[in-house]
Amino acid sequence: MRRIPLSALIGMAVTGAFFLAAILAPVIAPYGMAEIAGDVWEPMSSKFWLGTDAIGRDLLTRMIYGGRTTIWIATLATILAFSLGSILGFTAAVMGGWLDQILSRLNDLIMAIPSLIFALVVLTVMPVTTTTLILVMGFLDSTRVFRLSRAVAVDITVMDYVEAARLRGEGWGWIIFREILPNALSPLVAELGLRFIFAVLFISTLSFLGLGVQPPLADWGGIVKENKEGLVYGIPAALVPAVAIAALAISVNLVADWVLNRTTSLKGGRG
Amino acid sequence: MTGPLLSVQNLRIEATSYPPGEPPRNVVLVEGVSFDLQKGRVLGLIGESGAGKSTIGLSAMAYGRGGVRLTGGRIMLNGRDIRTASAAGLRTLRGHEVTYVAQSAAAAFNPAKKLMEQVVEASLSHRLMTRVEAETRAVDLFRQLGLPNPETIGSRYPHQVSGGQLQRVMTAMALCPKPDLVVFDEPTTALDVTTQIDVLAAIKRAIRETGVAALYITHDLAVVAQVADDIMVLRHGKTVEYGTTDQIINAPVQDYTRALVSVRSKDHPEKPATGTPVLTVDGVTARYPGLALDVLKNVTVSLEAGHTLAVVGESGSGKSTLARAITGLLPPLKGRMTFAGRQLSNGVAGRTKDDLRELQMIYQMADVAMNPRQTVATIIGRPLEFYFGLKGAARDKRVAELLDAIEMGKGFADRYPAELSGGQKQRVCIARALAAKPKLIICDEVTSALDPLVAEGILKLLLDLQAREGVAYLFITHDLATVRAIADSIAVMYRGQVVRYGPKTDVLEPPFDDYTDLLLSSVPEMRLGWLEETLAHRKMESAGN
Repeated sequence: MRRIPLSALIGMAVTGAFFLAAILAPVIAPYGMAEIAGDVWEPMSSKFWLGTDAIGRDLLTRMIYGGRTTIWIATLATILAFSLGSILGFTAAVMGGWLDQILSRLNDLIMAIPSLIFALVVLTVMPVTTTTLILVMGFLDSTRVFRLSRAVAVDITVMDYVEAARLRGEGWGWIIFREILPNALSPLVAELGLRFIFAVLFISTLSFLGLGVQPPLADWGGIVKENKEGLVYGIPAALVPAVAIAALAISVNLVADWVLNRTTSLKGGRG
Repeated sequence: MTGPLLSVQNLRIEATSYPPGEPPRNVVLVEGVSFDLQKGRVLGLIGESGAGKSTIGLSAMAYGRGGVRLTGGRIMLNGRDIRTASAAGLRTLRGHEVTYVAQSAAAAFNPAKKLMEQVVEASLSHRLMTRVEAETRAVDLFRQLGLPNPETIGSRYPHQVSGGQLQRVMTAMALCPKPDLVVFDEPTTALDVTTQIDVLAAIKRAIRETGVAALYITHDLAVVAQVADDIMVLRHGKTVEYGTTDQIINAPVQDYTRALVSVRSKDHPEKPATGTPVLTVDGVTARYPGLALDVLKNVTVSLEAGHTLAVVGESGSGKSTLARAITGLLPPLKGRMTFAGRQLSNGVAGRTKDDLRELQMIYQMADVAMNPRQTVATIIGRPLEFYFGLKGAARDKRVAELLDAIEMGKGFADRYPAELSGGQKQRVCIARALAAKPKLIICDEVTSALDPLVAEGILKLLLDLQAREGVAYLFITHDLATVRAIADSIAVMYRGQVVRYGPKTDVLEPPFDDYTDLLLSSVPEMRLGWLEETLAHRKMESAGN
């Protein structure tokens, strides 16, 4: 095992802290999620580390609970997008022919509609629950993953070792998961880091527009929405989620970079 | 001038390698190489890949490829030390006093410019002659190099002429500014044998008529023997032997040189016919989807159990397509195939697991024939698991046996392909094919990407395995020396048809048809004067021209 570079260590520590805070929210949050603990927009103090929000709830508590919702939805949506997108993308590349055509053109069709508008339309007609949010976001993101994984896999399927596996009589499962996936991992990991952050931004945008996570549940986009008027009076509450998103984005991608370095090695990460 | 044109003394070349995840390391590529080149002479630099021959060739222009540094010794050209010359000084030198002919002409030409434009470019940018003078000289050179339509060929684009012609146009480009020295870097390696001989003859004639000195870099000793006056044999960046061509070919001193000289003289006695064919191909015609051209025309061959059928021909003759038809990757339009007494289904999908198991394939490029993410144990072990259901210790034991069979230890089991040499990779591919206990292995140019000594080892291994396991080979190659070393019967292919087919001794025995004669006579022989003799006796022009 080689030494883990400092950047990856920092990334892991920060990402870990975010996820830990999300998981342990009820234990570490100083107040209840919807508890009105103080005055409207109190400044930062030893009592309220990040101040209070538009109706006097503790901002730190809201941030912790908000992170729990945001990270949970973004993680599940990313997992869904990657499983759906990469399996369909690999299948299209390996099978080729009409199946590839149908999947690819369908994918183009969906990508042609701006995803935010698509999501808004779907969410106005469907009941907005966490499950619908995850499904809609996962589905829309999977089109990007489909494109990438199909493009990568098309290059790999023409390699002699895939031909050798076909001549051996291997099934699609082996070809996709054992021959193609390990060789397509590097671009997919790079994409994973980006996609996760895009998912965080996407759910935040939806919540800001009022079609995402519904109150009283907290989430980062919602916190911006609830406190945006405060900016006019110089209250920084709306900026706190932005800082959190930036910190998460950078730290997740520091980890992704390091994983990427290891997956590109052709000597099993030991050479 | 009395002194040598080019004098290289104690040359040392270094580079920095950047292994992923480790601190950068300094690597010595070339050490202590010295030679003198007189005006009008040709020095052949020969060695395996990685021997440093191209690096030395380029150092004659005081040039190092990406990150390569010329760190020691003297390179005297026309009495000046060019190793320490300034960039401005080098700019006047390159393309005027020294020019370069690259291996892949197709990659070296700008596809968007006409040939003439590129041929005269150096002469014009160095202000050596006017455009009219330069173009007149270029046309003269085209004629000298035997190019068709010398007056008009310059107005074509690179994709409009054949590979062999392009290589000659590049030679004209190098000779146009009247250089003192031309560096030829494997100019014929990428060409078919039948084209190579013409290009070789043209280069040789041009060198003699213009009186230019040349460094001729190649890995093929027989080729260099035709053009060089002196030969330097290199290995691992050091000089192994340096002498006149006559001495190196006829009286080599070092063991390594002796091995190089003797590689091609292997012969393999033909096995007696048994009459039980393992594979018959009957009247097979095939074309690629979307192309209205039969790449295989009515091909009929058969192969006896435990024998080797060599399929020879130049690129585009359909020999690899034949392999694709047999493996089922390109289902034929017409004709039938039987394998081990069974009718063979046209496509892969219709074949039984036994058909697939008993018909294995080994590829030309071993590096892309193995999944870079799998260890050797997985690569060899998978067929065992897939066909025989071997698991755990039983599988590991068989993998170790197979690694023994290919003369590699079981210590290699945990390695990844990137940790193997070229020859070792090809051995692992052989083991993967053997693991299936096949009756027939299709070998598609398995030795062409390897250095001669390594290739010889692979051929020896294949012959040993055939004697032990009784497996038959369908051996696709363009190299007739390989055919002599391994085949029992031969099929010569030309433009999708089998033009000559039979037991080895019959096929290689005159009288020949025109194409076989051309093919056989084009293979360079390791003796002086072969080129001239051959050119005087040919019946047919090369097909590639």
